[in-house]
Amino acid sequence: MTRLLHATALALLLSQSPVALAQQVTAPAPTGSVQTTGPLPGQQGLSAPVQADSDRQRAVYEAERTAAEYEAAARSDADAGGMPQLDFSNPLMISQVVWLFVIFGALVFLCYHYLLPPVAAVLEDRRARIAADLDAARDARAEAEAAEAGRRDSTARARAEAQASIAAATQAAQAESAARAEALAARLNKQIAEAESRIGAARDTAMGALREVATDATEAMVQRLAGVSDKAAVAAAVQRELAARNLKPAG
Amino acid sequence: MAAEGKTIDALSQFELIPVLGPVGRAVGFSQSNAHMLLAVGLVSLLMLAGIRKRALVPGRLQAASEMFYEFIEKLVTGQVGHEGRKYFPFVFALFMFVLFGNLIGLLPYAFTYTSHIAVTLGLAATVFFLTTIVALALHGKKFFGYFFPEGAPLWLAPIIVPVELVSYLSRPVSLSVRLFANMVAGHVLLKVFATFVVLLGGLGMIGPVAALLPLSVNVLLVGFEILVAFLQAYVFAILTCIYLHDAVHLH
Repeated sequence: MTRLLHATALALLLSQSPVALAQQVTAPAPTGSVQTTGPLPGQQGLSAPVQADSDRQRAVYEAERTAAEYEAAARSDADAGGMPQLDFSNPLMISQVVWLFVIFGALVFLCYHYLLPPVAAVLEDRRARIAADLDAARDARAEAEAAEAGRRDSTARARAEAQASIAAATQAAQAESAARAEALAARLNKQIAEAESRIGAARDTAMGALREVATDATEAMVQRLAGVSDKAAVAAAVQRELAARNLKPAG
Repeated sequence: MAAEGKTIDALSQFELIPVLGPVGRAVGFSQSNAHMLLAVGLVSLLMLAGIRKRALVPGRLQAASEMFYEFIEKLVTGQVGHEGRKYFPFVFALFMFVLFGNLIGLLPYAFTYTSHIAVTLGLAATVFFLTTIVALALHGKKFFGYFFPEGAPLWLAPIIVPVELVSYLSRPVSLSVRLFANMVAGHVLLKVFATFVVLLGGLGMIGPVAALLPLSVNVLLVGFEILVAFLQAYVFAILTCIYLHDAVHLH
């Protein structure tokens, strides 16, 4: 909307008819009363005698015309219904452009040599610093990653070693215990065998004594009953009976 | 000054007035040129004071000067490419000169030198001659091929060449009139509504209340003018970059 206002205002200005209209409204003012935008107060008083008097006075007046009067003239031109920007008869217009080139040229020169290089240096410094820091950070990360990999490696190796030694120890312990158990079993077997042989011997002696006692008793009983005394037959019969009762014969 | 004799005097704000007393009058140094000097001084101050500390982490002022620097640098390298790097200080000076001219002009009692067609045309002519000289220096005679695109049928040359020539020659006109018209329209509007405030304010009892309306319009307009100040400086700079691109690359 403001854009539209701009456009209309500009159209009004450039077409100049409303400006002329405004000037018509203004028209009585410059002639009637003193205005800062109107001709200088002195000019009316000066111009009258100049027009009335001789050429000499006119020349003097022309010589004494100052830039202020040029300006006043420019102002009266503007009052006549034009934009001051389009009043190219004003000598200040030319000088304004000349000064523009001088001042703008100075700014361009300053920019090339004094204003921009320090900013460029600072920005470049910062860029380099940030890049260096980023590089350092990247290096540090790579280092950390390498260290992490090494740690993981050594952990794995240590674990494998530990597993191996555990396995070896277990095996050794198992072998040792097996050997010990075997030795124990062997000793026990030997003891058992010994005890058995002792028992056998003891039983044999006991059986021997039993046969003697049985033979003696049988012989005595046969002597008493039958009155015969046959030592060999009795011994054989006892032997047979013992064998029949599954008693081990004496050795 | 705004409402003398109950009239709307929107144009006297653009009148050139010599400053610096007799010396200024002798060399035609107007308030317009004084404001140019002020703009150059402020730009230099901003860039020099901003970068004075050369801090790695910029403060506010340094951030501002770096922001302007990088903004224009991106503009130039984005439009022209890497070859455009050497024109960057010129575009920077142009942008800052126009921007500060527009912004300083918004201050009360200040003069807007970008509201003078002579000034904007002077800047646009500088751009025009610079781009043409760059194109001639880089491409020599091939530059004239710019006015007749390759591959177009030869019998169209009588139409195409004048059209291209006119469009090329109208560049400085459109460039300068755009800025000039925007600035003039904005300042005329501001002045017109300010005059309304004064005129309505004098209308007895309801005056001050009624004057609030144009006053609020003016408040909005000032905000809008700040936008326009930036926008027009940006447009001036980017069009310069586009013309430089054409000069460096020929299409």
